[in-house]
Amino acid sequence: MNRSKVARYNRWGYIFLIPFFVVFVIFQLIPLASTIYNSFFENYRSGLSQIGPNFIGLQNYKTLLSNGDLLQYTKNTMIMWILGFVPQIIVSLLLGAWFSDPSLRLKCQRFFKTVIYLPNLIMASAFSMLFFTLFSDSGPINSILLQTGILSTRYAFMSHIWSVRGLVAMMNFIMWFGNTTILLMAGMMGIDPSLYEAAQVDGASATKIFFRITLPLLRPILIYVLITSLIGGLQMFDVPQILTNGSGDPMRSSMTLIMYLNKHLYSKNFGMAGALSVILFIITAFLSILVFRATGERESGRRHRDRVR
Amino acid sequence: MKKSFLSGMLAVMMAATLLAGCGGSAGQKETKAPETQAAETQAATEAAQSEGGAEAAEGLVGQDEGAVLNIHGWNEEFKSRVAAYYPGYEEVDANTGKIGNVTVKWTITPSTDNAYQNELDSSLPNNAAAAADDKVDMFVCDADYVVKYVQSEYTASIADLGIDEAELANQYQYTIDVGTDQNGTIKGLSWQACPGVLIYNRAIAKEVLGSDDPATVQEAVKDWDAFNATAAKLKEAGYTITSGADDLYRVFNDNASQPCVVDGKIVIDDQTKAWVDEAKMLVDGGMTNTYSLWGDEWNKGFFPNTENKPFCYFGPAWLIDFCMAADDASSIAANGGWGAVEGPMGFSWGGTWILGAADTDNPTLVGDIMRVLTTNDETMKQIVVDVNDFANNKPVMNEMAQDPNYSDAVLGGQNALPMFCAGAEKISKSNLTIYDQGYTEEIQKAMKNYFEGNATYEEALEQFYKAMIEKYPELTH
Amino acid sequence: MSDKKSSGMSVHARRIIAYVVLILMTFICLFWFYVLFINATRSHAELSRGFTPFPSSYLLTNWKNLAAGTLPILRGLVNSLIVSTCSAVLCTYFSTMTAYAIHIYDFKMKHVLYTFILAIMMIPTQVTALGFLQLVGKMHLENSLIPLIIPTIASPVTFFYMKQYMDSTLPGALVEAARIDGAGEFRTFNTIALPLMRPAIAVQAIFTFVSSWNNYFTPALILHIDKKKTLPILIAQLRSADYLKFDMGQVYVMIAFSIFPVIIVYLILSKYIVGGMALGSVKG
Repeated sequence: MNRSKVARYNRWGYIFLIPFFVVFVIFQLIPLASTIYNSFFENYRSGLSQIGPNFIGLQNYKTLLSNGDLLQYTKNTMIMWILGFVPQIIVSLLLGAWFSDPSLRLKCQRFFKTVIYLPNLIMASAFSMLFFTLFSDSGPINSILLQTGILSTRYAFMSHIWSVRGLVAMMNFIMWFGNTTILLMAGMMGIDPSLYEAAQVDGASATKIFFRITLPLLRPILIYVLITSLIGGLQMFDVPQILTNGSGDPMRSSMTLIMYLNKHLYSKNFGMAGALSVILFIITAFLSILVFRATGERESGRRHRDRVR
Repeated sequence: MKKSFLSGMLAVMMAATLLAGCGGSAGQKETKAPETQAAETQAATEAAQSEGGAEAAEGLVGQDEGAVLNIHGWNEEFKSRVAAYYPGYEEVDANTGKIGNVTVKWTITPSTDNAYQNELDSSLPNNAAAAADDKVDMFVCDADYVVKYVQSEYTASIADLGIDEAELANQYQYTIDVGTDQNGTIKGLSWQACPGVLIYNRAIAKEVLGSDDPATVQEAVKDWDAFNATAAKLKEAGYTITSGADDLYRVFNDNASQPCVVDGKIVIDDQTKAWVDEAKMLVDGGMTNTYSLWGDEWNKGFFPNTENKPFCYFGPAWLIDFCMAADDASSIAANGGWGAVEGPMGFSWGGTWILGAADTDNPTLVGDIMRVLTTNDETMKQIVVDVNDFANNKPVMNEMAQDPNYSDAVLGGQNALPMFCAGAEKISKSNLTIYDQGYTEEIQKAMKNYFEGNATYEEALEQFYKAMIEKYPELTH
Repeated sequence: MSDKKSSGMSVHARRIIAYVVLILMTFICLFWFYVLFINATRSHAELSRGFTPFPSSYLLTNWKNLAAGTLPILRGLVNSLIVSTCSAVLCTYFSTMTAYAIHIYDFKMKHVLYTFILAIMMIPTQVTALGFLQLVGKMHLENSLIPLIIPTIASPVTFFYMKQYMDSTLPGALVEAARIDGAGEFRTFNTIALPLMRPAIAVQAIFTFVSSWNNYFTPALILHIDKKKTLPILIAQLRSADYLKFDMGQVYVMIAFSIFPVIIVYLILSKYIVGGMALGSVKG
């Protein structure tokens, strides 16, 4: 194949990228720009009348950053994400390893896989509404706990900081561990079986095989899971919003960043919502860089080597 | 094969769960759907309605006005009133009806978190430019935000809708005042007045106070000291005095001496603070819960149950009609298990005002609906007989208060109208602002943290201010 | 779990532990569905009396009450189906195309663009919601389903997954072979790359379908007319007590109704999702 022909083929690379970038520019880049633009204006609705837009410089940012709220909501978001993510990754790795371990020969795999993925299908809004009723003061969970003698008096799940956060984390865990298991399992099944055979011949234990072979080779898919979960965690909204009816109570201890943004969007305070969006953008970018730094460097190095090879 | 068998099995299991639910429905009592009930009352009313009224309404049809009447509301109360009491209204489906050849379209948006207000705020300013069939023609407002629309340019004066001020002679003055804008133009009319009473559970009264006679009960709750002593007694017997702390909010706050916002500054009135103190004392003493209004827990008290056994609710007639589920045979209301007394303090709560939208293309029909529902003696009397609402018609209500044949089945045959009539005369709604709904929701939410011990009063107050300013950026504190 | 201990553990013991954990997880997953279905069959009065583990007989009554109410739930179902299906198709097709462009071709901007897409992966859609909302308003696309469908074409997360999958399943040699056979680039993509990507497409189609089905944030800001609303908005409206006059039976039926179609779709497609994963492993 001669050079010019290759170049002609490669032009198609640009063509195939057109749909993505056109849509991206229209529906994300332009909105992002106008969001940033809006953040410098006083622009809100007061009942039936419109206030602004008046240029006020960085006033919105000052207002947002001058109290500790934003820090608190970031903390809440991360706490609830970690509370859900840690058990999720542990259980998923465990289940994934078991499912993909031929020596275990688990029966009903198909059934279990079908079942654990099921909660992921539930509308978060429907699921959290369900949890709200189940864990209400006189809901079924309380009556079951009372009947079995685990509790002697009702526990007000919605009135304690850590039980609300715990419920949010638990819902996220239930909804996502099946998804993660399936992803990790796919990764595990992609590992060359001859590696396992060789290790078994050498007499390595299942645990050793898991930590020495499975985990390192699973790295790309783990990164994928971590990144998508972190994105999802930062966007956490539906579950706490509906569970706490938008209040994030007690004392806003379960108010997430997006719930806060939603408050401003909802009351049509575009200036404040704009400034908050920009700050969220910066927080996200910061966390992304951290993740890429921590995990991505070796990864991209490897990819580069692959390409050279 | 095996794979599809398993997934098939899962499907069968779920189907089985569903079918198990269908099993015995034949022999069971059917809960009466609201529509059926409405249809029945409608039949009753049409019979009661004078021939002249029906003819007048028929006469409107066919005039040169819009083919579609768009009505916006935040719940189905107004719809059920129009369906049952406006002559010629036929229900097509849940969101559509017909009056002659005019199609009536209902747009219902729940009011929670200002959703309904936001809906109005986005549709009303576009009303002038909207196509005739899309124009909002009329809408209803609760007392918590009605002034916002009365004082706006987006509502029509009743004079433009063909209603003469003289026709309102029988209405309670406060309902007219609320519906009058800053220039003295009357725009909103209401079919109900909303004096509040204390509605108590008769069975609990008998057990704890020895009698369910209103006089005995009133003695036990005649002022806040007596109320608190009774609350302690109820606690001993395993009951709570109210369902939650929020139940007391309207009682205190309606007696506030100043509006909730003065010159752009959020105000905590002495009465509001008194509510906080009283509620905190009751919650700390285990004499009430912190169940939020309208919630499922709160609602449980309307049914015999083991979890939430409140002695009383505070509310106007609409609370008895609209919330207590009298149409459900298993509710306490259906068995006449409630009684009513004045309680420690007179108050009022809510009320629905009907407003005609400016630029409506159906002014005659809008005006006539308002007229029939808010000024027609026969209609208003029928509303009271059918659903025990408290109609906005002084002579009718005073007459019925003395009528030995009238009694409220929900209240165990008690005629509570004399009490409501006395209360209605005292109502003043001069403190209404456009912020009341947000204020009410947010202070209840914030103070719940204080009641439940998750915050000090100051912290809870701080959060209340924060939430208010998020909702209304123009306010300060 | 230390090495020593587990090396002494027999396959049999590990199998028992695995089954115990799996059964526990199955319980944790299905318990809520069970409660939901039980409660959907009970009347409001029964519900207010507390929980019982046995179904009652009000499912049809609850359903009739709900259907007779003002919530256009069937409309909502149709709207949700339209949005989710179109999103799943467009998103997977164009994400595969984007990944293909980066995977197969070698052009000057390739690395820059690749890094760029990875970087924007982290932008939450909510951050641009404000501008998006204004844009939609300017395009007069409020109360339209289009702004919920078209933007999924640019989905960096799906792109990333597709790219990862291609790295392991789509050798460049295959494409070159097709070129030698004289196939056009677009045809090669549709006839060679797409079929090979089927397992990944099935997985991502399900993910996209589900996330679009469950999406609440954006639709709630765009759709205001009842006829246009998707199911999650209608569900959230139930939270407001004004709506159903406090009939929890209807609330449960509505939740069940919004979950059930997805479960059916899932049961049909789950063969592809789990099977597709297994297929991927054969390749590795």
